[in-house]
Amino acid sequence: MSVKVENLSIAYPTRAGQVRPVDDVSFSVADGEIMGLAGESGCGKSTLGNSLVYLEGRMRHLGGRVELDGADLPIADVRAMRPHRMTKISLVPQYAMSALNPTRRIGRLATDLLRSHGVRDPGVITEMRRRLALVGLGDEVLSRYSFELSGGMRQRVTIILSTLLNPSLLVADEVTSALDVSTQRAVGEMLIEFRDRGFVKSVIAITHDLSILAQVADSILVMYAGRLAEKASTGTLVKAPLHPYTQLLLASLPEVGVRHDQVTLTGIPGRPPSLASPPPGCRFAARCPFARDKCAGQRPPFEEVLPGHHVACWKVREGWPT
Amino acid sequence: MSVLQVDQVSKLYRASSFGGDVTPALRQVSFGIGAGEVVTLIGESGSGKTTLGKIILRLAPATSGRVLFEGSDIAALRRSRLRDYYRHVQGVFQDPFSSYNPIYKADRVLELVRGVYFRHVGEREWQGKVESALHAVALNPGDVLGRYPHQLSGGQQQRLLIARALLLDVKLLVADEIISMLDASTRVDILNLLVSLKRSGLAILFITHDLSLGHYVSDRTVILRRGAIAEMGDTGRVFGNAQHPYTQDLLAAVPELHKKWHVAAGRTQANGTGDVRTATPDGAVRDRARSLTRTGRPHRPAGTFEPPLLTQFEEDHFVAAAEP
Repeated sequence: MSVKVENLSIAYPTRAGQVRPVDDVSFSVADGEIMGLAGESGCGKSTLGNSLVYLEGRMRHLGGRVELDGADLPIADVRAMRPHRMTKISLVPQYAMSALNPTRRIGRLATDLLRSHGVRDPGVITEMRRRLALVGLGDEVLSRYSFELSGGMRQRVTIILSTLLNPSLLVADEVTSALDVSTQRAVGEMLIEFRDRGFVKSVIAITHDLSILAQVADSILVMYAGRLAEKASTGTLVKAPLHPYTQLLLASLPEVGVRHDQVTLTGIPGRPPSLASPPPGCRFAARCPFARDKCAGQRPPFEEVLPGHHVACWKVREGWPT
Repeated sequence: MSVLQVDQVSKLYRASSFGGDVTPALRQVSFGIGAGEVVTLIGESGSGKTTLGKIILRLAPATSGRVLFEGSDIAALRRSRLRDYYRHVQGVFQDPFSSYNPIYKADRVLELVRGVYFRHVGEREWQGKVESALHAVALNPGDVLGRYPHQLSGGQQQRLLIARALLLDVKLLVADEIISMLDASTRVDILNLLVSLKRSGLAILFITHDLSLGHYVSDRTVILRRGAIAEMGDTGRVFGNAQHPYTQDLLAAVPELHKKWHVAAGRTQANGTGDVRTATPDGAVRDRARSLTRTGRPHRPAGTFEPPLLTQFEEDHFVAAAEP
């Protein structure tokens, strides 16, 4: 197992009390796996992804452990994490478009970055040129400033920079969301190609967009209000989802070729619960059309119900009729 | 007859006020929107779609060409006639959070409308108007009135802005990327709301970069590329029988749940297990990326001011000549 997360909880202190956007979360990502992490805004997906790489000042590690390639990852200790970052685990942050320092040329940015991680091998820059060429960018990018590049070019440069030292895990947060469809496709295919070539062993691709994940991910993990709802291989999750939330979410996505006069799609009524005072049971219970009393009162365990298919739902577990 | 007619509208942006490069944001764009019709304007970033929305809302002037609303040129409207125009034409934009002043309660957006257009309307009549507008967008008055913007969800905020437009005698709604910041589970509700408003006779210009959303909601589609129309006509024909290579490329790049990209592009690669691997043929990524690097930036060679010629392909389906 490349990455193993066990009972991880991350909290933010707020005036309204402690908020846990990641609440007792366990999952694993295999070598060579691109795992999509999907969910709606505020479900905790970015907090989860970020916490694996860099625990921001306001984030508190409440418990749980993370294992990378068989060794413990000291995610609670920002300093101890430093030697692991970029070499073993890397993050492409959300709004990566603005992650590049506008006062440095890309080439200088790369050498600065490498030096700060103790890498002085000029061969790495040669490798960077090779990778730039691989995604259709020429050497001249190295002498450009970030604002001289288009959004898609910047996104590709950021991914190349974060994977330059061949980390085991890349956490890519919304890397395709601000892009046009054709650029989106190029960036998505780039993730696959980098995995195939071994530039990264595994990828956690965080996005709210399930259709992009259907293209690039091998498996999809769906989060809802700080907890895991469902994880399965991409094909299974898209064709045969078990969790009512996943089912309703997929049903609300229009596909090209669907017109309002042929099919009326429906959204999910209601809003996710406040994370400051989440309900004790299933967090989706209040919006779930199948919910029974048990759902509101008891938390459903996230467990494997079919080979490789994990779900946290009482209806699935106890086989209630639809 | 069209409620709104866009007639040969061009817009040039100059790099600085002292001359410099001129960028054509729109190149002689013409189309119409009828009552009870949703026209989707689809384009990638830099295609000029938002500029056109701004020109229709009189937030920016056209460099040349005219926009006719019920037959009269909107550029000539002044004072009370302009106010009347806004009684009939309203816009809703991408980011609901920045449309509200966080210091005031959210329903202030309704009160502002009252201050301009309904100063002599009595309290009871006004309350009735507000309630029916909220009802039309499926909002419960108790859920939104008296609340602050941060207490409302993104979907509720967008609905409230649409309700604000409905308070007026609105005939045309310009909806610029109004759902791109909303979660998937609430997006479709707003789309369905647009459909029901259209059925009650409202003309809607739905501006989006998302082809599937555009297809779901619209009767007619206009595809903009580099400020000019690449293809337009009946939505079913434009999507179902796309003729312009640009439209075809866009359709091939749309991520779909049940169809892999390279299958759509006709490059199926099956491996032994029977399921389709996501491996890309060597070089495909590079080629695609190269072509993007070439065309992806909004920099245009001189001499592209002239739009490509539009010809009729079939009934209500027009296709432009391919541009390099």
